[in-house]
Amino acid sequence: MDNLIDIKGVTHAYKTKAGPFPVLRDLNISIPQHSFCAVVGPSGCGKSTLTRLIAGLMFPDQGEVWLHGELVKSPRKTVGMAFQNPVLLEWRTILQNVILPLEIVAPMMPKAQKEARARELLAMVGLEGFEGKRPSELSGGMRQRASLCRALVHKPDIIILDEPFGALDAFTREDLWQTMHQLRANEPFTALLITHDLRESVYLGDQVVVLSGRPATTQYVMSVDIPGPRPLEMLYEPDTVERLAVLRREIQIAQGRAVA
Amino acid sequence: MIDWKKILVPVAAVVVLLLLWELLVWAMGWPDYKMASPSDLWPAFLRYQHLFWQYGWQTLWRTVVGLGVAVVFGTLLGMVMGLSKTMNDALYPLLVGFNAIPKATVVPVIALMFVGQHDFNTILMAFMISFFPIAVSVAIGLSTLEPEYRDILRSLGASRMTVFWKIALPKTLPEFFGALKVAVTLAFIGTNLVEIITPHGRGLGHLFQSAQTNSDFPLMFAVLIALAALGIMLYYAIVALERIFAGWAVRPGH
Repeated sequence: MDNLIDIKGVTHAYKTKAGPFPVLRDLNISIPQHSFCAVVGPSGCGKSTLTRLIAGLMFPDQGEVWLHGELVKSPRKTVGMAFQNPVLLEWRTILQNVILPLEIVAPMMPKAQKEARARELLAMVGLEGFEGKRPSELSGGMRQRASLCRALVHKPDIIILDEPFGALDAFTREDLWQTMHQLRANEPFTALLITHDLRESVYLGDQVVVLSGRPATTQYVMSVDIPGPRPLEMLYEPDTVERLAVLRREIQIAQGRAVA
Repeated sequence: MIDWKKILVPVAAVVVLLLLWELLVWAMGWPDYKMASPSDLWPAFLRYQHLFWQYGWQTLWRTVVGLGVAVVFGTLLGMVMGLSKTMNDALYPLLVGFNAIPKATVVPVIALMFVGQHDFNTILMAFMISFFPIAVSVAIGLSTLEPEYRDILRSLGASRMTVFWKIALPKTLPEFFGALKVAVTLAFIGTNLVEIITPHGRGLGHLFQSAQTNSDFPLMFAVLIALAALGIMLYYAIVALERIFAGWAVRPGH
């Protein structure tokens, strides 16, 4: 299969005073183009390290990260990132915040074109009419929507989502899950989502990867073969409940609380 | 749109203070040499008005130039310390030590080093006394930048310089202006220190000195009030700049 991302046998350790501190061990993940991969695992198992490796902000001790058939050796212009903290720039309007990646990736693009692209995305996530507001004037959910627009504005090959919904209340989170499906329907993208929420992983992911405890390795891969956009009711279907039970057990194994 | 309440409240506070002062001096029956009353200050000011303008201007421009140098130097030093942990470790103790030296003791030293260079000496002192808070605030602002801010641009292949201009620098502006408000008063103190300690016949500090020599107590107090007025003026000039460049940091209602 033609994969957009191939993580092959990645092993990585941080250097500390007490010696090397291994976080990833022989990790393998493949993400086909335009598919959505959710990664779950016990806390502190190296999930954020994984995002930095894909973004080209760090390089593994061993193994390879392939993006679009090229070995990742440096930061690339084709990545979009969103974090739990929306990290919007307080001195810019929402519109100007969304434009930011274009200023780096396509500095020559006319301003009007940049703004049109940003407006288009903001409208898709329901932020029409808020373009001129400051981030501090928006609710947490709205800020996170703007942050997603910023991650997508330059049409990246892949967007890396590091628990972007983690700090939101349950209802806002469900709204944003649906927004993700709408965004994918409007303009397909490849995504890697780090999350602690199993329901989120099953609702959004085409595949769910369970990482083992530190040092993290690929412990279990579940394929969720349901075409999008998925209705929220999917969360309450027996199939989903079954999947969640399987994932729950895998997490317990990863935490060392159950035996495989 | 002028918010009159915002102007009237502080003006009223000044008037009340002056009235209380007048009343206190009158009630205690203090002579001028103990405490001049506000009503004595105005005649003193009028009598030497031209000196106030001339010396006031000298004090003002030397303070502003000293502060300007402090802003440039302090920002550069803060950048070096904020972006490099090693430089931070190396420079911090030096900086604290330098700042701990009472600047009054440095005045005779620089007066000897640069004999007769009165403007230069004064600017140098205004600079030396005021760059510290600027350097520290810029350094802290840069070193406490959350890694996510850097990552959103670095992952797009942006250079360190781009991250600095687009994110780190504007994000540090509120702290920078906070420090600048401290620095402006310090620079002002530095200028007057030199004007009072080294006799070179310039600035409001000199006017204070000659008033003291002549036992003209109302004039001494008038100079102090003029200094306070200049200090307030400089402070609000900084506040105006802050509104322009870091107005986004002011939440409505504050």
